[in-house]
Amino acid sequence: MNILQQISDQIDLGDDEKVYELTTTAIEQKIPVKQILDEGLLQGMNIVGRKFKEHEIFLPEVLMAAKAMNAGMELVKPLLLSGNVPMKARVVIGTVRGDLHDIGKNLVGVMLKGAGFEIIDLGNDVTPERFIETAKAEGAQFIGMSALLTTTMPVMKEVVDRIRSENLEDKIRTLIGGAAVSKGYAEEIGATAYCYDGSNAIDYLNSVI
Amino acid sequence: MGIRPVIYFLENNLIEKILSEARDLLCKLGITLHNREVLELLSGYGATIDQDKYHVLFTNDIIDKALGSTPASFKLYDVLGNETHDFSGTNSYFTPGSAAINILDNRTNEIRKPNTADYIHFSKLMSGLKYIASTSTAFIPADVPGKISDSYRLYLSLLYCEKPVVTGAFTIEGFEIMKDLQLAIRGTKEALVAKPLTIFSCCPTSPLKFSDVTSQNVVDCARFGIPVEFISMPLSGFMAPVTLVGSLIQHTAETISGIVISQLTNPGTPVLYGGSPAIFDMRYETTPMGAIETMMIDCAYNEIGKFLNIPTQAYISLSDAKSLDAQAGLESSMGATLAVLSGINNISGPGMLDFESCQSLQKLVLDNEICGMTLRMARGIEPKEDFPSIPLFQELLKEKHLLISKHTRKYIREEHYFPGRIINRANLSRWKEEGELSLTARANQEIERLLKEYQPSRLPEDSIKELTRRMEDEARLHGMDKLPG
Ligand code: B12
Repeated sequence: MNILQQISDQIDLGDDEKVYELTTTAIEQKIPVKQILDEGLLQGMNIVGRKFKEHEIFLPEVLMAAKAMNAGMELVKPLLLSGNVPMKARVVIGTVRGDLHDIGKNLVGVMLKGAGFEIIDLGNDVTPERFIETAKAEGAQFIGMSALLTTTMPVMKEVVDRIRSENLEDKIRTLIGGAAVSKGYAEEIGATAYCYDGSNAIDYLNSVI
Repeated sequence: MGIRPVIYFLENNLIEKILSEARDLLCKLGITLHNREVLELLSGYGATIDQDKYHVLFTNDIIDKALGSTPASFKLYDVLGNETHDFSGTNSYFTPGSAAINILDNRTNEIRKPNTADYIHFSKLMSGLKYIASTSTAFIPADVPGKISDSYRLYLSLLYCEKPVVTGAFTIEGFEIMKDLQLAIRGTKEALVAKPLTIFSCCPTSPLKFSDVTSQNVVDCARFGIPVEFISMPLSGFMAPVTLVGSLIQHTAETISGIVISQLTNPGTPVLYGGSPAIFDMRYETTPMGAIETMMIDCAYNEIGKFLNIPTQAYISLSDAKSLDAQAGLESSMGATLAVLSGINNISGPGMLDFESCQSLQKLVLDNEICGMTLRMARGIEPKEDFPSIPLFQELLKEKHLLISKHTRKYIREEHYFPGRIINRANLSRWKEEGELSLTARANQEIERLLKEYQPSRLPEDSIKELTRRMEDEARLHGMDKLPG
C-alpha cells in the first residue's frame, strides 16, 4: 500500500507511534513534504472529520487522530518552514475579556490544531489589545474569539473595530463562536465569520484558505 | 398520612465511599483558588496554601468544621415578608431556569436577545404561576449596559413579582448593588438575615477550581447571610470522569470546597447543596441537560447532600429542544418527575430550552402544569375517609354515581389536580370545535390571560421608591441616565 495512504489510515486509527514512523520513512523516501502533508496527514484528518459528522466515531477518536496527526506534523513542520511551503494558517484564539468560559474555546483549539492549523491560545479573559498585538507579532491570519456571556460579547466588536481602524482587515480575519453569539451577531459587528462548533470551524477555515 | 414517594440511586456505603474520595481529593490534590483573601482565611484555619500558585490543600478538620455549621434547613420570604419556602426534608419547590442568553419570542417564534419588555412580561407571568414558588433572574435584558445587567434583572424581579428570587452576580462589583436592592426592601441587614429574600448561585469552575469572582461572591453573601446555592458543573467524559460515580466524586469535592469558604466566613450561612452537572455529548460537543444520565447525577448528588444533612438544589426539569415540541415536554417532565421523587429542595429549570440558553414564556406556562402535577404526586396516596368503604359503595350502587356525593365534593380538589387550559383534556369533537388549538396556541392564550389578570405587586410605595432610587443611581454610574420602559 502507498505509504501516504498508510499514514492516512493510521491517523484514522489514532496510532501516533505508527504515524511518526511512517512519516519518518516517507521523508527518507524523499516524498515532497507538501505531498506528505496533503495526501497523508491532512487526508487522514479529512476522513476522520467526515466520520465524526456522520456519528460513525465520537470526539475521543477525533482527538486521538489529531494526536497522531500532530506526531507526524512535528516532523513535517520544520521542513515546510525551511522549504518555504506555507503552513495551513495561523490562528490566535482566546475567550474575550471578562469571560472565563474556556471549555468550548479549548476544544476548538485542539480540533483546529488536529486539522493542521497553527494555534496560539491566549487563554481566557483576553483583552482586544492582546488579541491584535499577538496576531500582528505572530503574523496570524485569523483571530478566533469565544464569548458565552451576554455581557462579554461586545468585546468582540471592539476587536473587529480596532482591526478596521488599524486597516488590518486584509491581513487579519475574525472568527467568532460561543453560546452568546450567532451568525447574525457576526454580521452585525462585521466579524468575518461565525462557527457553531469545532468541525464547523475546520470546514470554514479549509474553505477560505 | 400516606407516604411521600422517594426514589434512591445510591446506597449509603457508596455515598460514604464517594465522600471519602472527595475528601482525599481536597486534602491531597487540593484545589486552585484565585482569591487571596479566601486563601488567607483558609490558611488561618490550618489549610496549606501556596499563594503563588493560588493552590490550597484542605484538612479533614476544616471540612468537618464547615459541614458541622451548615444549617440543615432554612426558609425564604417574599418581598412582603411572608414565608414561602421551607427548605428541609423532602420539600420540593420549583424556580425558573435562570440567566438565559436568549428568549423564544412567543409571537414570532424567533429565538432572539431579550429586552426589558420581555423581562416585565416574564415577571408578571411568574406572579401568576402557582406551582413555581420563586422567580429567578431568568434572562439578561440586552437593552441595558452589561455592567448592570445582573442587578437590573433583580430590580425588575423585585418590582413586578412578590416571590423570592433565585439570582447571582456576574462580577465581584455586581454584588454590592444586588445586596443594596434587597436592603431597600427589608430595611436593615438584620431584617434581611432574619428573612432571606434571594438565593445567589455561585459556580465553582470544574475541575477543582474557584475563580476570584465566585470565591468573593460566596464570601460577600456569607457576610450578609444571603443564602448561596453552589452550582458545580462537572461535564462527564470531558472535564470530569465519564462514569457517573467519578463525576459525583468531583461534584462532591467542588461543592464541599464552596461550603467550606462560606461556613468559615460566617458559620451558619444558609446554603443549598446544588449543581448543574451534565454529561458531555461526544457527537455534538454539547452539554445536554435533558440527558437521562445528567438527571441521574443530579438526583444522586442530592442524596449526598441529604446524607450530609444539607438542603439541595439542581438544574433539572429543563430541555435541550429549540422549540416547544415533544422533546421539550418529555425532557422537562422526566426531569421534574425524577427531581420531585428524589426530594430535591430547589428545582431550577422551568421555561428553559437549548442547554440553559433560552427561556420561553410558552414553555414556562406549560412547565407550571408539569410542576403542579409532580407536586401533586409528591403528596402521595393518602387514605381519606376510605375505611370502612362499604357505606360509600352502598351510596354508589344506590345513586348509580358519586358525582354529588359528599365524599366527592369534600375531596375532589385535594385528590385530583386540575391543570389549566394548556393541557387539553377535551374530547376530539370539542377540541375540533374549539379551533383545534395547538399547544403553542394554548400557551399563548394562557400567557394573554395571565398578563391580563396580573395584579401589581403589593410592595409598599416607599420600598418601590427606594428600590428605584438605588437602581437609577447604579445605572447612572454606568452611563445610563434613564432606565428603559
Ligand atoms: C460550563 C459553564 C460554566 C463553567 C465554565 C468553566 C470553563 N472553564 O469554561 C463555570 C461554572 C465556571 C461557569 C461560570 C459562569 N457562568 Co456559565 N455556563 C456553563 C455552561 C453550562 C456550559 C458551557 C460549556 O462549556 N459548554 C460546552 C462547550 C463545548 O460548548 P461551548 O462553550 O458553547 O463551545 C462550543 C461552541 O459554542 C463553539 N465555540 C465556542 N467558542 C468558540 C470560539 C471560536 C473561535 C469558534 C470558531 C467556535 C467556538 O465551539 C465549541 C465546541 O463545540 C453554559 C450553558 C450554555 N448554554 O452554554 C453556562 C452559561 C454560559 N453560564 C452562564 C453564567 C450566568 C455564568 C456565571 C455568570 C454564573 C455565576 N453567577 O457565577 C459565571 C461567569 C463567569 C465568567 N465571568 O465567565 C450563563 C450565561 C448567561 C448570559 N446570558 O450571559 C449560561 C448560559 C448558563 C445559564 N443559563 O446560567 N459557567
